[in-house]
Amino acid sequence: MRTQPDGPASDAAPWAQARDMLDRPGGHLNIGYEAVDRHVIHGHGDQVALRWLGPDGGRRDVSYAELSQLSSRFANVLRAHGMQPGDRLYALMGRDPALYAGALGTLKAGLIFTPLFSAFGPEPIQTRMEIGECNVLLTTAAIYRRKIAPWRDKIPSLKLVLIADGEAPEGCVALGPALEAAAPEYEAAQTGEDTPALIHFTSGTTGRPKGAVHVHGAAIYHAFSGREALGLSPGTIYWCTADPGWVTGTSYGIIAPLVNRVTMIVDAAEFELDRWYGTVEREKVEVWYSAPTAIRMMMRAGAEAAKPYDFSSLRFLASVGEPLNPEAVIWSQQVFGRPFHDNWWQTETGGIMIGNTPGMTVKPGSMGKPLPGIEAGIVAQDDGPLRECGTGEIGELALRPGWPSMMREYLHEQARYDKCFRDGWYLSGDLATRDMDGYYWFVGRADDLIKSSGHLIGPFEVESALIEHPAVAEAGVIGIPDETAGEIVKAYVTLNPGFEPSDALERELRGHARKRLGAAVAPRAVVFRNTLPKTRSGKIMRRLLKARELGLPEGDTSTLESDET
Amino acid sequence: MTPTEIRTTYLEELVAIAPDLDADTVGDNDHIQTDLALDSMDVLNLVTALHDRLGVNIPEGDYPQIATVALAVDYLGRMIALKSKG
Repeated sequence: MRTQPDGPASDAAPWAQARDMLDRPGGHLNIGYEAVDRHVIHGHGDQVALRWLGPDGGRRDVSYAELSQLSSRFANVLRAHGMQPGDRLYALMGRDPALYAGALGTLKAGLIFTPLFSAFGPEPIQTRMEIGECNVLLTTAAIYRRKIAPWRDKIPSLKLVLIADGEAPEGCVALGPALEAAAPEYEAAQTGEDTPALIHFTSGTTGRPKGAVHVHGAAIYHAFSGREALGLSPGTIYWCTADPGWVTGTSYGIIAPLVNRVTMIVDAAEFELDRWYGTVEREKVEVWYSAPTAIRMMMRAGAEAAKPYDFSSLRFLASVGEPLNPEAVIWSQQVFGRPFHDNWWQTETGGIMIGNTPGMTVKPGSMGKPLPGIEAGIVAQDDGPLRECGTGEIGELALRPGWPSMMREYLHEQARYDKCFRDGWYLSGDLATRDMDGYYWFVGRADDLIKSSGHLIGPFEVESALIEHPAVAEAGVIGIPDETAGEIVKAYVTLNPGFEPSDALERELRGHARKRLGAAVAPRAVVFRNTLPKTRSGKIMRRLLKARELGLPEGDTSTLESDET
Repeated sequence: MTPTEIRTTYLEELVAIAPDLDADTVGDNDHIQTDLALDSMDVLNLVTALHDRLGVNIPEGDYPQIATVALAVDYLGRMIALKSKG
């Protein structure tokens, strides 16, 4: 495993002290051990680790002792089926206790845990399983039948499919009986700080999605940032609403809370206004980590809808995924008595880099300041070396690498990984400014990636799916502003001979894309064009489509060869 | 409006938002999110579409009541009746 370009940063960094929050027996560091087993050894086995709220009102408390045993059983199941450290387990299921036990058991067994969003359609799933050479899949019978079974044999690396609910379809193993038959003890693999632990997939503007590899040492930064940026401490009642299919739901929905020994609320259901308010009140949630789309949905319902509920347990509210608009910060102060604190980080950084942290004055609309030990900058890529921008100047948000949760590679993509670093900086791809008080403000993406409901969507993946439809000749996909989702996906297509634009075809194309990509990724609108604006090299100019959609200046069009009609 | 008309309207708007679905195979008790894979933005769009078609305001707290065809026909029927009285 390669180290970061600058090598490991100094042990004097503030986050380095968080090593002392962990046991690290024999100098080894295993996330699964540090997240659960350690707490049992230290006498906290009876504490509730995870309070699961089922979709139909069911409820289940899982103590640290129980989670330790369940994850040990899971690790034993993996080993009994011949899985080896370094093999890759993919999770594709809803928020069920089995998912959490599976994640931790995977890490304890020394396998690499790779969460996928269960609402993905078959195509994003297959692509990601190919890139990461998936060996084990943890899923449900329904998801398996609908999205995996038809093409399972296209993934030759896949040796084991574990079915978390009920009976296993042919060629799969039912997890329940396998867990019961397995021993409840497992000595965690002796992984090191630089041993790969997680792969999180993220979209690119061109080409296939990228698998960002993170290591077991990331837990040091998760322990640190959970405490510093979210105010987590032992016993805190904490609710991270993010799904573990995305990096937030793993870093701050599994690892950071458990290494900080909190009690996590896990809600299996999707956003539902009264259910959410009722959960905060009933469970006495103290720290709440959510996302702008959900917060804006609460705002739509108005302050009146929140009136019947008691939110006095809330101590700290945080938001991530896309910039939180100032109105939402002010609204939350009025309704919950505390503001949502925006923070910023990425799949690649593995943990919160910049934030409005506990005790800090929130500037509504700002992402906050770098966490202790994190050096951020705004840089411009002129000719020659990178130049640091002055106060108020817009440039690319960059970070000095070295913290432990930073990605260590993009799987099989050395060139794309190298492109992220220049002159000792990691380049985030986000445009931002820094004000005179040192607060950072998000401006936009430096590339064509789309941020919808907190998910980063690669236009290339959407365009590729559209082109697979026989009617579509070419497709250009952009994000257009939406007051709830931040951006929504819109597609411009040209048609093959023999096809004519119509409402029926528009629907058919959206339906086609939803089947392949899932609702979160597929375009919400498809429009027809005779031609799309292209460069001399034949590349579709998404930037121009977007400028026209928004009525903005078109900028440099010197490379435009054929225009849109 | 009869329950049948409400049902037809609901299904028309549902498949307009999620054209991957076939109105004929949507079950009366299929949950639009957990069974039919709509996401929260789809639900918002469905609420807006039903408002435009039926003139019924559906407050956020009532979204669970349009989560299946059966629930929606009942709920929308009551709301339409309420509206015509008011």
